[in-house]
Amino acid sequence: MKKRKFGLALASLFAAGTILAACGGNEDTKETDTGKDTGKETTEQNFSVAMVTDTGGVDDRSFNQSTWEGIKAFGEENGLEKGDGGYDYLTSAAESDYVTNLNSLIRRDFDLVFAVGFALHGAVEEVADQQPDAQIAIIDEVVQGKDNVASIMFRANEASYLAGVAAALESKSGKIGFIGGMEGAIIGGFQAGFEAGVAAVNPDIKVDVQYAGSFTDEALGRTIAKRMYDSGVDIIFHAAGGVGKGLFAEAVERKKKDPEANVWAIGVDRDQYDEGKVDDNTNITLTSVLKRVDVAAQEVAKQTMEGNFPGGELITYGLSDQGVDLADSRGAIAEDTLAKVEEYKQQIIDGTVTVPEQPEK
Amino acid sequence: MSKRVVNILVPLISIVLGLIIGAIVMAVSGFNPMDGYIALWNGIFMDTYTMGETVRQITPYVFAGLAVAFAFRTGLFNIGVEGQLIMGWLAAAYVGQAFELPTFIHIPLALLAAAAAGALWAFIPGLLKARLQVHEVIVTIMMNYIALHVANALIEVISGGAERTPKIHESASLRSEFFESITDYSRMHWGFLIALLVVILMWFILEKTTRGYELKAVGFNQHASQYAGMNVKKNIVLSMIISGAFAGLGGAMEALGTFENMSKLHGFTGIGFDGIAVALLGANQPFGVLLGAILFGSLKNGGLNMPSEAGVPVEVVSIVIALVIFFVASGYIIRVALERFSKKKKEVK
Repeated sequence: MKKRKFGLALASLFAAGTILAACGGNEDTKETDTGKDTGKETTEQNFSVAMVTDTGGVDDRSFNQSTWEGIKAFGEENGLEKGDGGYDYLTSAAESDYVTNLNSLIRRDFDLVFAVGFALHGAVEEVADQQPDAQIAIIDEVVQGKDNVASIMFRANEASYLAGVAAALESKSGKIGFIGGMEGAIIGGFQAGFEAGVAAVNPDIKVDVQYAGSFTDEALGRTIAKRMYDSGVDIIFHAAGGVGKGLFAEAVERKKKDPEANVWAIGVDRDQYDEGKVDDNTNITLTSVLKRVDVAAQEVAKQTMEGNFPGGELITYGLSDQGVDLADSRGAIAEDTLAKVEEYKQQIIDGTVTVPEQPEK
Repeated sequence: MSKRVVNILVPLISIVLGLIIGAIVMAVSGFNPMDGYIALWNGIFMDTYTMGETVRQITPYVFAGLAVAFAFRTGLFNIGVEGQLIMGWLAAAYVGQAFELPTFIHIPLALLAAAAAGALWAFIPGLLKARLQVHEVIVTIMMNYIALHVANALIEVISGGAERTPKIHESASLRSEFFESITDYSRMHWGFLIALLVVILMWFILEKTTRGYELKAVGFNQHASQYAGMNVKKNIVLSMIISGAFAGLGGAMEALGTFENMSKLHGFTGIGFDGIAVALLGANQPFGVLLGAILFGSLKNGGLNMPSEAGVPVEVVSIVIALVIFFVASGYIIRVALERFSKKKKEVK
């Protein structure tokens, strides 16, 4: 009998728990409902913005992180707080989470939702059709024919061109390398710009191009870098995500063994100066080709807040609007080279130099 | 304590224990556990949309769980469900976009292609196991990697160099406007009905057919089965083929329902590996697997809401969900504890 009572007590505890939870849920939805109402009344003052990462996560040291930094900076600038009605992000653990996360942010009434990375293309198309009032911006991909989607692209080829100019002027051996991730339009832009930049300074230099077929295989990156340095290459530019870690590891190791070794690496997406640190006084990072996703995110958020959401448009960021650039070389590049780079930069901005978008086949 | 009460009590206590430990983890990490669990609950049941998404999430888990469970009943450990699911996904996505057929032919054809692709991927380890005694765990794990990269390469060929296959034709889609209208545009699709049918199919094969009896017998004792005149090798291959077909159908759910295409995968989907846990949670019984998949899928989908509503980071959510599943899986300990508990009481009396 006692045992039965025990079971009954447990069961009732359960039921109570469930009911409590349900109550809590109701209260909560009520709260968000009122939150929504106030949000709508004061849209002008209370602009809110959020982002959905791809499977790389928000701390990927690449463009997810960069976008989030941009959104955070925008939020702080405008006195917003993290959370509903301010700024926030959602991490996608799997591809099936993209649509759920986008919907969840739109349901929480964020005025602008960033979808980071080309992998979200399908999810953005789908959600855009179902939620015509939502304002979505996708980064590094073009979604066509949707009035509520803005596409943000970067002319990385322009900054790569400058990196090519700098590399060709700085190279002592006259041999330069390029390591690409997976072949395709995006990495092709880096390669084409880099090769064109090198050729503009010295047409005799042939760039040693090799693709890793991966964005994550660090060991392979190291093998490729080793082969290139062994063959006399002294500057290697990578546009290969995690593969590039192998390049930096190899270059740092060579420099450690022989302080006189003439090895340099050029980073990508964000300033990779820290990756190239040998000791307190030595660093093998020549410069980095920056893709200022944070600047773009801030700018689009600002436009949208002012009521000018660039829906249905394709916005490309290039050298002229600081969407792409070279990172501070911190003395690694000689002054006259920097002056030359600045010259080419001006010519690209003026349009007197056109940078190819894809490598010649 | 009667057996029935124990059977109901054990999973309930397990879940409660998991939730309590999960709450401690959340509290220690500086988050409000009550908010967290309310968010979890809302992520599963809040409105028709979340419920539709929960059903959507459960569907592939049912197939993955059944695939693992079926092989397990024949004494085989199929770790390759992930790869078989990927191949099934690709096959269904291809058939879905390559042909234009009436719906009542197109959907079955795509499902059949997916099942065949999964079965083929499982047939290889099955054959190696039966003929050469190569351990199926090693082969199936390696076949996962082969599947991942072969699928990515084939996507490139099918799509002409793009990142994803073209969208499947309407006639092959398992989605329905009816579900979209009642669940506020969730991605819920007809696949859950197919999943239920396959649950019954597995039960039927295992419990009602001679072949199923043989498969189980091989699982209990290979040598005895051989002595009794059963063809052990044939049964091993057959078991892997059926298991792979289930996994392939799971992939078809993603191809014809959730995504309606296939993008290049940057890594494994994880559904196949979670399927191992689902199968073991369900004690390798078809209806048990269904319950396991419901628990797994609900927690996964509900967990998505926790960062959004309660600010609990995904990492902590994964720990909490893993704890709940851990305690459910270790129900045996609770069963033993309950028995001790009731015995002591009897002695006192």
